[in-house]
Amino acid sequence: MSAPIIQFDKVNKWYGDSFHVLRDIELGVAAGERIVICGPSGSGKSTLLRCINRLEEHQEGRLIVDGVELSDDVKAIDAVRRKVGMVFQQFNLFPHLTVMENLTLSPMWVGKMPKKEAEERAIKQLERVRIAEQAHKYPLQLSGGQQQRVAIARALCLTPKIMLFDEPTSALDPEMINEVLDVMIELAGQGITMLCVTHEMGFARSVADRVIFMDRGQIVEQNAPEAFFANPQNERTRDFLSKIIAH
Amino acid sequence: MSGAVFKSIEPRPAPVRTEGLLPWVRANLLADWPSILATLIVIALALRFLPGLFDWALLNAVYRPDADACQAARGTGACWGVVSEKYRIIIFGRYPYEGQWRPLLATLLLLGLLIASCVRSFWRPWLAGLWVVVIAAFLLLMGGGWFGLSSVGSDQWGGLPLTIMLAALGIVLAFPLSVLVALGRRSQLPAIRTVCIVYVELIRGVPLISVLFMASFLFPLFMPIGKSPDVLVRVLVGITLFAAAYLAETVRGGLQAIPKGQVEAAQSLGLGYWQTQRKIVLPQALAMVVPGIMNIFIGVFKDTSLVTIVSLYELTGALSLALNSDANWRPFKLEGYLFITLIYFAFCFAMSRYSLWIEKRLAVSKSR
Repeated sequence: MSAPIIQFDKVNKWYGDSFHVLRDIELGVAAGERIVICGPSGSGKSTLLRCINRLEEHQEGRLIVDGVELSDDVKAIDAVRRKVGMVFQQFNLFPHLTVMENLTLSPMWVGKMPKKEAEERAIKQLERVRIAEQAHKYPLQLSGGQQQRVAIARALCLTPKIMLFDEPTSALDPEMINEVLDVMIELAGQGITMLCVTHEMGFARSVADRVIFMDRGQIVEQNAPEAFFANPQNERTRDFLSKIIAH
Repeated sequence: MSGAVFKSIEPRPAPVRTEGLLPWVRANLLADWPSILATLIVIALALRFLPGLFDWALLNAVYRPDADACQAARGTGACWGVVSEKYRIIIFGRYPYEGQWRPLLATLLLLGLLIASCVRSFWRPWLAGLWVVVIAAFLLLMGGGWFGLSSVGSDQWGGLPLTIMLAALGIVLAFPLSVLVALGRRSQLPAIRTVCIVYVELIRGVPLISVLFMASFLFPLFMPIGKSPDVLVRVLVGITLFAAAYLAETVRGGLQAIPKGQVEAAQSLGLGYWQTQRKIVLPQALAMVVPGIMNIFIGVFKDTSLVTIVSLYELTGALSLALNSDANWRPFKLEGYLFITLIYFAFCFAMSRYSLWIEKRLAVSKSR
């Protein structure tokens, strides 16, 4: 097996002095792997994800992303962020820029790409999430599902090797969840490494290579989805699954 | 279950009209008894006082620069003659009479630049270069001493050109400084944060008049004789530092209103600190506090009248200069003040309308 593209090695993180949010995290992610992370709120799953592109910093242990170790080194952080795209629960589109400007911002300013080339690339990504006709609208003129698809396209404009999804459907109206999941499923079939914090268990079943269950800052259990859902090993996992799948 | 089909109801207009003149009058002037009463009182007051004011200001007013006629009309008619007689001194202060085309031209240049700077599509790097050129032209025209123009010391500059120059330069220099200070107050680095906090609190704790006083009288005491910069420069620095402290707090208010997710999204896209501030945070933060910023700009414009205390005769000072020394016209100071009030109002009103226009422009991205 080749070296993992993401490697957590005994990673620990605290908020303030007392809240131990990540505890001895050991996790290797292979290139192209699709991982779903679930767990109760406050279990550290979003924090784990946000450590990967250094939106949060870990205090102990080593975290290596595509051969670059994350530390205070600004160059390392920049290098990692160019390889990692992120999609947020609240979309976080830039409301003062049009959809097109949201997409071309990073390629033009970080990638130093000429405007025309950046726009061509943006259109390609917008077509990929089936929303190219909205390119010249402002984000707030779109529905929630459309906004989240724009956010996915924006992250893809960096041609990342890794995509992080932090509860991408939790802020959406029920009617719009599927249009976003469909885009994510399509993406999952294209070889990109994906880590997704979500409670959409149907999505986990159909696309994940591995499902990880976290509680109180620890990885409690991880397994392939069939085994994870059919035969959870840990009592805490069974309890959690019974609560979210019961109805 | 039977095959019920969803049928949408056609939209129809509201049953009571709410737009147009008559509905407006009904809703705003005659809605209920208290508002009918208030409307009647206002009409009665207007009928009682407006005709008298009209007679005084227009009908019985003396327009000729004739001091005797003005004396005769005192109490019944305004003496606009004072303006026709003294307008050159009120507007240009002590600037040599025959050279007053120079401040006129310089001011027109500066006003033209200010108006051009208001146009969004001119917000390009060359505009900064144009500012440097126009300011240089302004100073050369005013100061002279080249190409056959007589040299005029800055102590003789005055009136409206001085007001506009102090306000325009004060605003233009204070604004970028205030943005840096506002960012500095939110910096992760304790040293930068402390410096910015101390600066803002120190300046805000002192009235502008004492800042000007220090700049004008105290500062030169600490400098070698003859080495101190021109009083105009010192006063301009004082106004700039003063305005920037207040502006910084307004800007900081806008910065705080930007959700954390905006910065995180920018970071996740690989943008650095300055790129994030410039492209994401500041455009949104500044758009949010346009009314507050314009408030301070208008304040700066009017506060320039305080430089009189350090013997710079801007518009207000020039009016006193024009009338105090002339016993014939001194009694008609009220009319003189009304005249410069009109000038101040014209500028402040233009600034306030521009701010409203900017707000509307910026609201485009928020409309659904």
